[in-house]
Amino acid sequence: MTTEHTRSSGDSSVIAQIEALDAARSALVADDAVLRLTETDAEERSGYQPATEDGLGERMIMNMGPQHPSTHGVLRLVLELEGETITRSKPVIGYLHTGMERTGETLTYLQGPTNVTRMDYAAPMFNELAFSMATEQLLGIEVPERAQWIRMLMCELNRLASHMLFMATNGMDLGAVSMMLYGWREREELLRFIETVTGLRMNHNYIRPGGVAADLPDGWRDDLLRTLEPIPERLEEFDVLMTGQPIWQNRLQGVGVITTEECLSLSVTGPILRSTGAAWDLRRDMPYLRYDELDFDVLIGTYGDCFDRYAIRLGEMRESIRMVRQILDKMPDGDYKIQDKKVTPPPRARIGESMEALIHHFKIYTEGFKVPEGETYAAVESPRGELGVYIVSDGSSKPYRMHMRDPSFANIQSYPHMMADSLIADTVAIISSVDPIMGGVDR
Amino acid sequence: MSEDAASGQTAVEDDDAARTPDVELIHGVPMVRVGTQATLHPDREEYVGLVESLRADGYWLCVDLCGVDYLTYEAPRGLPEGVEAERFEVVVGLVDPTGRRRLRVRVQVPGDDPTIDSLVAVHPGVDAYERETWDLFGITFEGHPGLSRILLPDTWEGHPLRKDSPTGDIPVQFKAPRGLRS
Repeated sequence: MTTEHTRSSGDSSVIAQIEALDAARSALVADDAVLRLTETDAEERSGYQPATEDGLGERMIMNMGPQHPSTHGVLRLVLELEGETITRSKPVIGYLHTGMERTGETLTYLQGPTNVTRMDYAAPMFNELAFSMATEQLLGIEVPERAQWIRMLMCELNRLASHMLFMATNGMDLGAVSMMLYGWREREELLRFIETVTGLRMNHNYIRPGGVAADLPDGWRDDLLRTLEPIPERLEEFDVLMTGQPIWQNRLQGVGVITTEECLSLSVTGPILRSTGAAWDLRRDMPYLRYDELDFDVLIGTYGDCFDRYAIRLGEMRESIRMVRQILDKMPDGDYKIQDKKVTPPPRARIGESMEALIHHFKIYTEGFKVPEGETYAAVESPRGELGVYIVSDGSSKPYRMHMRDPSFANIQSYPHMMADSLIADTVAIISSVDPIMGGVDR
Repeated sequence: MSEDAASGQTAVEDDDAARTPDVELIHGVPMVRVGTQATLHPDREEYVGLVESLRADGYWLCVDLCGVDYLTYEAPRGLPEGVEAERFEVVVGLVDPTGRRRLRVRVQVPGDDPTIDSLVAVHPGVDAYERETWDLFGITFEGHPGLSRILLPDTWEGHPLRKDSPTGDIPVQFKAPRGLRS
């Protein structure tokens, strides 16, 4: 059913034209969709606004959030309303800001993943992966083949879980409350498998510089197959429950429309960019890990509306299952982490036998390993778009500067443009369709 | 004999190339290549014009903009000849979706005059990133339509990602004042 709405892309050599991009940019720059108020002003001026000299009619400024149930955590939107219509708006963020980039400067590269995994908490594997890839680039090491495939497996399962969370919250936001239960149930099943591998449902600290924390447990293959088995059928149920329903379609189709050119100008990536018909997926276009050895389609939409964004995520879950099945067939044997005593701790059993192993263990856990000076940027395709890490190393065992390019942070900039001239009732659909995770936005 | 001399010379050149990174000029700006990553080093005046020209070359997507404070950095900075190291750096990440290429732009910003032209007119998507960089580093982006705090509260003083900003001794804000407890 979704194939009617999403297409898979062939080779898209050109995804936009510079003339169209220029036009979109000048429209965005001239457009006054963004309400330029500081957060204090927005609070003080909240309420009725009399008509002004320069032709603006009577308006009202309303603060939606940060404790609104549909704002996905602590997003606050300042809306300027003319009756029921939104004229200008602005997302206000920072309610979850805990200075994690600064914290990252005080933690060693081995401790780093525990910090970054808490940023985009619905996709923790991707945070860890990007951080580890950047560290490995600076170290100039290549992790073993099995570690690459385990990373890919865990990331695709995490993508499935993250999209399930989207299905649940998107459904709930639009009044399909039973969808929340279904999405949550499937997600828990996936998290249960992830827990057997990593020990935790979330904040895994599983992918680390040099490989992964532990090998896959005994019987993982059967366990995973059992976990995956009911999912395709359940995705069909989602189709019955939502995709084909006229109410669902009416709430989403033609709502929150954005174009490819606007997305590119606003640094918006991921399913939102793909929903406009631009096939841009780092897994295919700038392959990392072993994605070039997998057979999968990049799904794209046509209209760039909330419905396309929903349908793309539903389709991407099917693609992820397809990928996981291929990974199951191709999973190689070998080490799950690099055997470099200066980077990864020695196996527990060796510590009791070898003095050297004990020293390496002690050194790695007390002062960490040193990373050559330099700067690097590593990016992965998270469920929300490009997740990048920029690390500057001064040759010590802690990053000198660690910056996280979180996709949600850039993506929420599209809100004012999607919401201009739409109704308040549609804001919830639009907020939900971007699928922001505030932990990643605020860091 | 002459052949030997020639081959000896190339060997020396190869050695040099391996040690010092490759420098070439793109739009008159030095570009350093380290491994697969290319970085451009314009000065503050060239910066916005350069990113605009790169956009015309296909680098349509500006994925990232962040600041770095090199105040306590002691290792070599990896800058090409002619680029003078300053306290701050603004680092911009660009992507060419058609050519599937990436490029990084590093601009030096002096510590005693932390201002730089805004990129918003070239890539409207850097709006939030420039606000974040101003918020956390105190680098002013001239021409930005609404440079206000984004992650920290409006009332916050200082810029916490600067290396000379203190850590750990800022009183916790969300605690009732002592007097109310007794």
